[in-house]
Formats: sequence, structure tokens, C-alpha cells
Amino acid sequence: MSFSGELLVLICGTAALLSAVGTVALRTPLRAAMSLLAHILSLAGLYLTLNAHLLAVIQMLVYAGAVVVLFVFVIMLIGPSAIGSAPDQRGLVVKTVGAAVIAMTMGSVAMGVSAAGNDIARPDLPVCEDGAAECNQFGGVDALSEAIYVQGAIPFELVSMLLLIAILSAMAVARGAAASEKAAIEKAHLPVRPTVLDPPKSTLEAPSQEAAE
Amino acid sequence: MGTLGVGLGTYLALASILFGVGSVGFLTRRNLLLQLMSIEIMLNSVNLVLVAFNRYRPEGHGGQVLAFFVIAVAAAEAAVGLAILIGLFKLKKSVDSDRADLLRH
Repeated sequence: MSFSGELLVLICGTAALLSAVGTVALRTPLRAAMSLLAHILSLAGLYLTLNAHLLAVIQMLVYAGAVVVLFVFVIMLIGPSAIGSAPDQRGLVVKTVGAAVIAMTMGSVAMGVSAAGNDIARPDLPVCEDGAAECNQFGGVDALSEAIYVQGAIPFELVSMLLLIAILSAMAVARGAAASEKAAIEKAHLPVRPTVLDPPKSTLEAPSQEAAE
Repeated sequence: MGTLGVGLGTYLALASILFGVGSVGFLTRRNLLLQLMSIEIMLNSVNLVLVAFNRYRPEGHGGQVLAFFVIAVAAAEAAVGLAILIGLFKLKKSVDSDRADLLRH
């Protein structure tokens, strides 16, 4: 790898680490989402240094373009209560000890793999003849799409089914029970989940009523 | 291994630290939104390992194909997880995961 490539690895790696810590530590969810966006973009930079060009583009399209936007959309939908309650101080000792244990475990794993893995030489990629049509460049659109649609054709179709089911279930979960379905649910003595379609008065019971039950 | 000492181990070390950061965030935060974001960080660190190993074994594209599927599954997981979050918010007026205790009693 060239010197500038290694520099890009170090810059993007540092940015990925700092923005991951920011995502976990920041209190406001919108700032955490922006930090997650920076994390995802710096990981796309790391993919570029690993010659995974198509995957870097997919990372930016799917994660930065869809998942982070979905997070931001939900934060906007929920409004100020997305910040949540004040940080609880319960079990602070246990949390600190647990975080320290995880940090030490991951640190030792990181030291071990970096010591063992840095000895492995980086294999050279096959060099393309200029303009050759059959040249499948590593990590490019041709080579990766052939791998996805030939080797992984059945998993690819299963993933499309999974996404369809995820969309339908997300709709079903987020919609709740409509007003027309309420009577049947109440008849069966099941609790009715409020929905956006209901009039404001009956939409949401106060949390204190539920706690009193 | 180049002049700055960047090799396969650098990527693996970074990925393991990122996984640790994500797991600490998932276990300590009580905001469901931030817990979902921590899950995304963990999934991304696994993707980094897959792509890094694929670069050091460039005969096939297995690692990148698997990373592609992980990205697709993560997108589905985010959609369903955020739908559950909205359902919980409508019920409890809160995104606190401590308040999701309907099945506790």
C-alpha cells in the first residue's frame, strides 16, 4: 500500500473511532445520529483503502442515505422526548466495572490481532490490461455483481424477501389498531394500542394510569 | 506492511475496538434510539473485518458478498427496530428501554 493510502487508513480509522465514541456518548439523539453519519462515511473511506469500491458506495447509499435518514426521521417524529429521561445513576459502579472489562478485553484482542496480523503480506491484485472487457477488477462492479448474482443468487433472493417482510412488519407494528378494529379487540378483553388515526382524546392514556393499574 | 505500519492487524484491531465501543453503548445507554445506533456500530465493525480479510485473500469475493448481505440485514433490522420504538413510544410516551416492561409481570 502506498504512503497516502496508509495515511488515509490512519485518518479514517481515527475518525471512525472518535465518531463511534461520540455516537455512544452524546446525549442528544440528533447529535448521536450525525456522529453515526460521520462514522459510516469514515468506514466507507476505509473500504476504499481495502479496494472494496462498490461496497464503499453501497455503504454510503444504504447507511448514510437510508438508515441514518430513518433515524433522523424517527427523532423528528418523536420530538423532544427522544432525549429521554435524565441519565440514571443506578449501578454506576457495575457499569464502570463492566465497561472497563469490555474495554480491556477488546484492547487485548486488538493488541493480539494487530501483532499477529501485521506480519501478513498484502497480496498484489491482478493488474488489468487497459480496456480489456473481461478484466474483472477486484471489488469493482463487474466482479462483485458476478459474485452476488452467481454465487449468492439464492441468498440475494432471500434478502429481497426479508426486506419485503421487514417493510410489511414495520408498517404493521407502527400502525397499531385502527378505530374500526378497536371494538373487536376490546370485546376480546385485549388492550388496545393507540394509533395516529384516532382522535386526540382517546389516543394516549397517561403513563400514570397504566402505572396505577 | 508499509512505512506507517498499517497492515491487516490494524484493521482487525480497529474493528475489535469499534465492536467494544458499540457493545458498551448498547449495555449502558437506556435510550432505545442510541441502543439501535450502537447495534449499527457493532454490525459495521464486523463488516470491516469481512472486507479486510477479503482484501488479504483476493481470489474470491466471499467476504464482500457477506458484508453486502450484512448491510441488507442491518437495513431491515433498523426498519423493524424503529417501528417497534414508535409502537413503544405511542404506548408509554417514552423511548426509555427500562419502560418496556409489559412482559415483566
